[in-house]
Amino acid sequence: MLALALERVAYTANGQRIIDDLSAEFTAGERSVILGANGAGKSVLLRLCHGLLQPTSGTIRWNSGGSGKPRDAMVFQRPVMLRRSVLHNLTYALALAGVPWRERKARARTALAKAGLEALAKRSARVLSGGEQQRLALARAWALEPTVLFLDEPTANLDPVATREVEAIIQAIHSAGTKVIMTTHNLGQARRLGDEILFIARGRLIERAPADVFFRAPASVDAAAFLRGELP
Amino acid sequence: MSEAIVRALGLLAAFDRTLLEIAGLSLRVSLSAVLIAALLGLPLGAAIAVGRFPGRQAAIVVLNAFMGLPPVVVGLIVYLALSRAGPLGPLGILFTPRAMVIAQALLIVPIVAALTRQIVEDAWREHREQLVSLGASAGRAALSLLWDTRFSLTTVVLAGFGRASAEVGAVMIVGGNIDGVTRVMTTAIALETSKGDLPLALALGLVLITLVMLLNASAYFIAEAARRRYG
Repeated sequence: MLALALERVAYTANGQRIIDDLSAEFTAGERSVILGANGAGKSVLLRLCHGLLQPTSGTIRWNSGGSGKPRDAMVFQRPVMLRRSVLHNLTYALALAGVPWRERKARARTALAKAGLEALAKRSARVLSGGEQQRLALARAWALEPTVLFLDEPTANLDPVATREVEAIIQAIHSAGTKVIMTTHNLGQARRLGDEILFIARGRLIERAPADVFFRAPASVDAAAFLRGELP
Repeated sequence: MSEAIVRALGLLAAFDRTLLEIAGLSLRVSLSAVLIAALLGLPLGAAIAVGRFPGRQAAIVVLNAFMGLPPVVVGLIVYLALSRAGPLGPLGILFTPRAMVIAQALLIVPIVAALTRQIVEDAWREHREQLVSLGASAGRAALSLLWDTRFSLTTVVLAGFGRASAEVGAVMIVGGNIDGVTRVMTTAIALETSKGDLPLALALGLVLITLVMLLNASAYFIAEAARRRYG
C-alpha cells in the first residue's frame, strides 16, 4: 500500500517561508487536487514531494510497502522537450529510467497511442503545438508507468480544447491505476478531476475534504473566499 | 596594384602548386586544431555549464578571459614547452606542423569551451527540472544538452576554425614559416607582402577569405534548415 507522508514540512527560500509547517499524507487511489491561489505554494509543494526541492525542515517519507521509493513522475506547467523526435523523447526518458533497450520503442509507442499521438511519432517534438507538447509530456510520464504522477498546473497555458484533451489523458492515467496528485487554481478543473481537495494558502494546508463536501460547504474562511472569487 | 590582382587571379586559375601546397597545409593544421579543440572544449564547456563545484565561477571568468588570448603569447608558451630545453623538448616537434596544431588548438579551446558553456547553460536552465525529474545524472544531462544544442554549437566550432585559420603569430613562432614544411596561408601572406610579392599574397588572401565564407555559409544554411525542421 502506497503512502507518501509529509511531516511538519517547511521550505524557505531567500528568507521567505513558502511552505509553512505542512503535514499531509497521500495514499493510493483517489485523485488529490491541491487547490490555491497563485503564490500559495502549490508548485513548491509538488516539487518537494517529487524530490526536486529539499525541505528546509520536516520530513517527507515514502512508504511503498515493498522496497525503496516507488516510481514517481512529474508533468510541469510548461512542457520541455528535447530537440529530437516525439518517439525519441519518450525512449530517452525510458532509457534514463533503466528500461532495457529492446523494450523502449514498444513501450513508447504504446504510450503515444494512449495519448493519441502515434501519428506524430516521427515529428520533431519542439515544433508541436503547446497542447500536443503537453500531451506528449503526459505520454512520457505515463510510459514510465509511475505509481504516483504529480501534475503542476498542467493546463494553465492551454486553450479549452487542449485542456479537455489533457484532462481526458489524466483521467485515463488515473483509471489505469496511477495515483494522481495535481495542482490547479482552476475551480472547474478541480471539480472535474478532484476526488479530494487540499486547499493551500500562504504555504499552509488550510483545509482538506472530499471534493463534493469542499465545494458545497467549505469549512474555512479562506476557502470560502477563494470559492466566492470564482469567475463566471 | 591592378596588375597584382590580375596576376593573383592568374595564380588561382592555374592552380599554382606553391599556392595549393600552402593552402592545403593551412587547412590540415587548422582542421586538426579545431577537431582537438572541439573534443576538449565541448565537454569542458558542458561540464562547467551543468556542474556545481568549488571554483566554478573562477573557471568561467578564466575561460572568458582566455577567449582573447594573444596568439603570439600562446605561440611563445608552446615554443618554450617544445624547445630543446623545454619539458616537451624530447618530442622534437618544434618547427613542424604538429607544433602548429598544438598552438592553434590551445588558442581556440577557450573559445569553444566558453561559448559552449554559455549555450549549454541556457539550455540547462530550460531543461534542468525536467531532466532531473527523469533521473538524469549531471554527466548524462551535459551530454544530452550538447546534442540538443548541436546546431548552435556548429557555429561555435566554426568560430574556432575561423580564429585558428586566421591567426599568424602562434604558427609563425612555433612553425617557423619554413618553405614547403610549415608555411601556411597567413605566414606566407605576411612574408610575401614584406618581400613585395603581392600577387601570391593576394591570391592566398582570396583563398583564405573564400574558404572562411564557404564554411560559414554552409554552416549557416545547415543550421537554418535544421532549426526549421527541429524547432
